[in-house]
Amino acid sequence: MEDLKTFLKEKVLLFESDTLSAETEKVLQQVRRDRTDVPVIHVSSNTSSIIAGSEKTYDALKSYVEENEPGTLIIRVGCTGPANFEPVVCIQMPGKNKLFFRNITEEKVEPLLNGVYHNDINEDDLLGQAGSRGFELWPGISFINDLPFFAFQKRIILGNCGCYDPDSIEEYIARGGYRTFVKTIRHYTYEEVCDIIERSGLRGRSGGGYLTGMKWKQALNTGSNARYFICNAKESDPGSFSDRTILESDPHRLLEGMAIGAYAIGASNAILYLKSSSEHARNRLQKAIDMAREFGIIGHNIYSSGYNLNITIKVEPGAFVCGEETALINSLEGKRGMPQLKPPYPTTSGLTGKPTVINNVETVMNVPLIMQNGPEWFRSIGTETSPGTKVFAISGRGRMSGIVEVEMGTTLKFILENIIDGIKDGKEFKAIQLGGASGSFITSDVLDTPVDFDEMKQKGFGMGAGGFVVIDETSCMVDLVRFYMEFIRNESCGKCIPCREGTGRMLEILESVIKKPANEDSGTTLERFKGVMQLETISAVMKDTSLCGLGQTAPNPFVSALKNFREEFEEHIFDRKCKANVCRGLRTFLINVEKCTGCTVCAGKCPVNAIYGTRLQPFFIVEDKCIGCGICYDVCKFSAVIVK
Amino acid sequence: MATDLDTILKKYRQGRREDLIPLLQELQTDHGFLSEEAIIRVGNHLGLSTTKIFGLATFYDQFRFIPSGKIHIKICHGTSCFMNGSQSVIDKFNKELKIAPGQTTRNGNFSLDVVTCMGGCYHGPVIMVNGEYQIHVRPEHVPDLIKKLKYIIDND
Repeated sequence: MEDLKTFLKEKVLLFESDTLSAETEKVLQQVRRDRTDVPVIHVSSNTSSIIAGSEKTYDALKSYVEENEPGTLIIRVGCTGPANFEPVVCIQMPGKNKLFFRNITEEKVEPLLNGVYHNDINEDDLLGQAGSRGFELWPGISFINDLPFFAFQKRIILGNCGCYDPDSIEEYIARGGYRTFVKTIRHYTYEEVCDIIERSGLRGRSGGGYLTGMKWKQALNTGSNARYFICNAKESDPGSFSDRTILESDPHRLLEGMAIGAYAIGASNAILYLKSSSEHARNRLQKAIDMAREFGIIGHNIYSSGYNLNITIKVEPGAFVCGEETALINSLEGKRGMPQLKPPYPTTSGLTGKPTVINNVETVMNVPLIMQNGPEWFRSIGTETSPGTKVFAISGRGRMSGIVEVEMGTTLKFILENIIDGIKDGKEFKAIQLGGASGSFITSDVLDTPVDFDEMKQKGFGMGAGGFVVIDETSCMVDLVRFYMEFIRNESCGKCIPCREGTGRMLEILESVIKKPANEDSGTTLERFKGVMQLETISAVMKDTSLCGLGQTAPNPFVSALKNFREEFEEHIFDRKCKANVCRGLRTFLINVEKCTGCTVCAGKCPVNAIYGTRLQPFFIVEDKCIGCGICYDVCKFSAVIVK
Repeated sequence: MATDLDTILKKYRQGRREDLIPLLQELQTDHGFLSEEAIIRVGNHLGLSTTKIFGLATFYDQFRFIPSGKIHIKICHGTSCFMNGSQSVIDKFNKELKIAPGQTTRNGNFSLDVVTCMGGCYHGPVIMVNGEYQIHVRPEHVPDLIKKLKYIIDND
């Protein structure tokens, strides 16, 4: 083990020429397990697959192998992308191509392995075989890269995800990792690195789209005795999980990116700001940092370059607003995570008053690749103004879900139709919600918008952190808007009045739209409609006067929903009906005379005494009195209460 | 068993302001919640008033001030889970356990929490019972689940 470490350090990391000697390659091949004499089984092991039960699959695989095929290697790897296929198992028999299997739960392990070891593959669970690299092909089995989900993606950032063991730094180095970093600190000056990144046109992926190289230069050009580089991995939008998957699947590239970034601004302290609930990612990263320290990639006088670097993990204590730069800095300083007025920007006065660069995970992941392949390579991908790729976390009602990476300039329609493969269960498409709780709804008429910072901005959409929620006709837009507003109301920090009071008031009005008051007279409908008009005013005020991005973008879901689905709002207000049958307050209930036994339970529980009847005879509900609370529906043991 | 408060405080000997949040986090993971006594001790250690620390800790969602139950249930309320009906799952838990999210039952058996996204969007609604995930949870599964958990507590 110690030998391998010295070997990797001296023959790979410190090797100056671009092409390694044949002898070194041979060792690296072994480390990468390109050619193995024993079967190798990869099990995906990130949060989404653990939720789907991959740890149980791992245990089952282990006990099967110990019993029947000792010598087989079982390795936990990251996520390949499709969440609906989790847990994914990949099996490589000696000399043969890799085979991918989907949804391998505990009980499927035995038949699967029985089949594979005896050359009898079960086609039902099969995803396909990997692209061949000189191995024997499995006859009659399609390639995994021909699946539409993978074929239309351009996987640069996700290139390593699911391919290697994230807990092994040796494997990462054998795949060419950390070489760029060592080369950078030994051969480039700070300015040169900033220059290369600026020339590549890399833009911040967290939503704003600010040129990363420019940001770095600003920090570098601010005179100070200390600087900080922070990687913002606090992704807490409901429905975005791409950063977490990247962290768990490829922690070393993130560390390499952070190390290069820190070097470029001359910072010797880098901080990884992590979400509180992602313990799995935290453990992996801590392990990765420890290993990098062992290899001398983090530490004092790294590879005799005279550069010192320390990377620490800080866990955010749970506040959505801490994703905002200044709030993040406040929370790192041990204060309440409240945003501050900008300028001064963090690049001139950030953490403890020192210049600080804050970059998002996806941005940082691009850095090692740009340094390795050059800015021209990066420019050749994507569009003129937004080079590169964009990662989306797809969830909701699409037929496929998971992590997807597409080239900038791909239209949303293309993603929806080809990669996601349309809507589940043949339902009708309604909208895409892009960018989490403060994003907009994108309807079918604007679906041909390309994924591009400027084009999106022009049409008033934000990409946000890459949450991509597919919504179909079974969802009620009013309820969804209320859900987002409730989230923002809870997360508003309370510093500025427009956001604190505005979100509360907006939520109140939206709730009055989807709930039934106890007594409805003609005036209340007018009140509700006035409420919606007030919502428009509040939205405008919040957008103009809120202190930070959270308040300014909070009304976005409402504004775009009202613009595109006005008829749904009107239906809720005037007809008091929810077409999707989601809004519980607007439901009306009926008692099925044939099923009702007259047990009186519902009548006893009804808070407004709307249920009448005689004992042991079918009861009935007075519709005018009913407030739609649904208690009768819940308490009925005979399923006699039906929703109309 | 929980580590002594002094051992944790010793780790942050310098007592800087930026140590406050990591210190509280460590206390929380170790003891399960922040007790009044602990907050006072931390205040003395860092030279901060108790109100300041309490003000900070209440700002963040992560900190609890009452011990969590023997069985801690987290319910995901992200967009996907919400679209799949997590609201009714939350309501059902509220009703069955008679506690709101963030509270603990009086006998100290159950506590409930609502989180925004666990990352299992395809399998929603997702809940987490003492670190174990359960997927595709429907409100009608809840009473049976609670019965099962109660049985586990009683026989422990």
